[in-house]
Amino acid sequence: MKSNAGAILGLMLLAGLFAALPLRAEDTAPPVRTEAAAPPVGAETTPPSCEVPDYLLATESALPKVADAVRAGHPLDILVVGSRSSTINTSEASAYPVRLQEALREKLPAVAVKVSVELRAKQTAEEVAASLVKLMEVKTPTLVIWQTGTVDAMRSVDPDDFRSAVDEGVAALQKAGADVILMNLQFSPRTETMISAPPYLDNMRVVAKEHDVPLFDRFAIMQQWNDSGDFDLFSAFHGIELAKRVHDCLGRALSKYIVDAAHIDPAQQN
Amino acid sequence: MTSIADQIAGSPLAGAAEATVREPAAPAVRAPAITLPVGTERELRLDLFRGMALWLIFIDHLPPNILTWFTLRNYGFSDATEIFIFISGYTAAFVYGRAMLELGFVVATARILRRVWQIYVAHVFLFTIFLAEISYVATSFENPLYSEEMGIMDFLKQPDVTIVQALLLRFRPVNMDVLPLYIVLMLFLPLILWSMKWRPDVTLGLSVVLYALTWHFDLYLSAYPNGFWAFNPFAWQLLFVFGAWCALGGAKRMTRILSSRVTLSIAFAYIFAAFLVTMTWYIPQLNHLMPRKLEQWMYPIDKTDLDVLRFAHFLALAAITVHFLRRDWPGLKSRWLRPLILCGQHSLEIFCLGVFLAFAGHFVLAEASGGAGLHFVISLSGILIMWAVAWVISWYKRVADKGASKTKGASGNADMAGGGL
Repeated sequence: MKSNAGAILGLMLLAGLFAALPLRAEDTAPPVRTEAAAPPVGAETTPPSCEVPDYLLATESALPKVADAVRAGHPLDILVVGSRSSTINTSEASAYPVRLQEALREKLPAVAVKVSVELRAKQTAEEVAASLVKLMEVKTPTLVIWQTGTVDAMRSVDPDDFRSAVDEGVAALQKAGADVILMNLQFSPRTETMISAPPYLDNMRVVAKEHDVPLFDRFAIMQQWNDSGDFDLFSAFHGIELAKRVHDCLGRALSKYIVDAAHIDPAQQN
Repeated sequence: MTSIADQIAGSPLAGAAEATVREPAAPAVRAPAITLPVGTERELRLDLFRGMALWLIFIDHLPPNILTWFTLRNYGFSDATEIFIFISGYTAAFVYGRAMLELGFVVATARILRRVWQIYVAHVFLFTIFLAEISYVATSFENPLYSEEMGIMDFLKQPDVTIVQALLLRFRPVNMDVLPLYIVLMLFLPLILWSMKWRPDVTLGLSVVLYALTWHFDLYLSAYPNGFWAFNPFAWQLLFVFGAWCALGGAKRMTRILSSRVTLSIAFAYIFAAFLVTMTWYIPQLNHLMPRKLEQWMYPIDKTDLDVLRFAHFLALAAITVHFLRRDWPGLKSRWLRPLILCGQHSLEIFCLGVFLAFAGHFVLAEASGGAGLHFVISLSGILIMWAVAWVISWYKRVADKGASKTKGASGNADMAGGGL
């Protein structure tokens, strides 16, 4: 017992020592950081390339309704159902749904593209799924982009329950006659120690496979941007600019994803 | 060498075809159903793999980096957690099983409970550190991109509830799920050992039944604020009990099966198949090669409830390891494996340290916004720190034991030793 307590005490002391190290480094860090952040550095002002590797935008599932609408020249009505990460506080016009609309209009000038957003802040997939049938009675979009998983991950909802909720929701949307794209969580390295994303990512992939709907892998795409240095998603202090740029890139990637999945040849549109 | 666990000499999963016939140790008790291998040397393979599991868990808890590619979970279904829980069951049964045979149920139970208390305190200690980290992040992080994710900090608004729930093991932050699982498993160890003493095979059978019932009736422990335990003790007990069963003679009885060619070929084939499947996760271009039927049947591979595929993968790995890595392999004594073995010998301390270092690593990465280079340095220094601390603990224990043996003779301290994680 004696040796035991001693060992644990030693461990604690050591742990304390290591804990102190980064903290001390932290004390001196802020002035440096603020200086670096204040004047926009060259690399930050030029728009990032934010390219997405092809495999992240490849899907076997199709969007037949979207394809039909575009071919027939009907308006393309897209509804984004999502939680708060589908918008930017104070700057909704820069969020990815609006960017998607612009990118699609550019790509498909002959089609009347309209993207609307149905925000469901702080609602789990189960809560959203329950309301989808009603929602689809009021609106009749060609395509629904359902962004989900974040709220469930934060509340650590049982992944099985999450899966059946998403499953139910997708079924309801399909039954109402819309194409569906699922969009998963954001890659958020800062909160990785607090939010466990993998079970929710996995289950969304499973549901997408089962219903044969495309899954826009926002998580992997953002992770790729972070790894390649396009965006530094790890650091703590960022103004609204970073959010705007990330959403812009997401909107554009999403537009490419939709066009590809629907097998639309943009060249024919012009 | 006064500590009981220093004499750990069993062989996990049967020392396979080894001819070293060990005599069953059955002192004091009339013909017990279980046998404890008697040996003179510590079973280094257990320490080695437990140490390895500790390192892998540490690396997996850090954000992905180069070293992550060396961790087990990228190449098959099971990961370090399985190794860890199995070896924990093995060593715990070994140490406390002996105590139960020699000193009786009550004393062994008391010792186990003392160990449970230690693990509990370690968990609370880690939680405190976590709380400090998360509070810091909450107050310093402003990024409109992640305003939604920051909602996770809401629990800080009611610390009264949160902290009580944490003490009840119901509120457990990410990466802090293993210790609560271990606490629960250890709490039931007296019962498991008592039952093993009576009929080991029946005990293992009951464990399998509980596992099956868990899957059938979806048994789980709820967590706070909602959700469930990320490692379901009802399911994970299977590995723990299986480890205990192996330690108490089961491994020896499986020798024949384990060394057969059929078993080995099945194990190899399964590991290879699992490897191919995992490849499709990381190289999405390969995804279309997967038969859809197989995907629908197989996914999701559930970690919470210890999916059968994961368990089988662990079994296959273990069978092959035991076959090819003999306990008398001289490499086990080499200097190069020493750090791993040292870490494995002080698993509770090193595990806690690993979780702490992972937090600290996250923190440094976030503050320094360093690239892959810093990331690598952090992972590596974390491992070095784990090694150094394990060395210090060993050294201290040696010194302390020397002092103790002068005064009180050879009464063992089971806890510091293998009883642990």
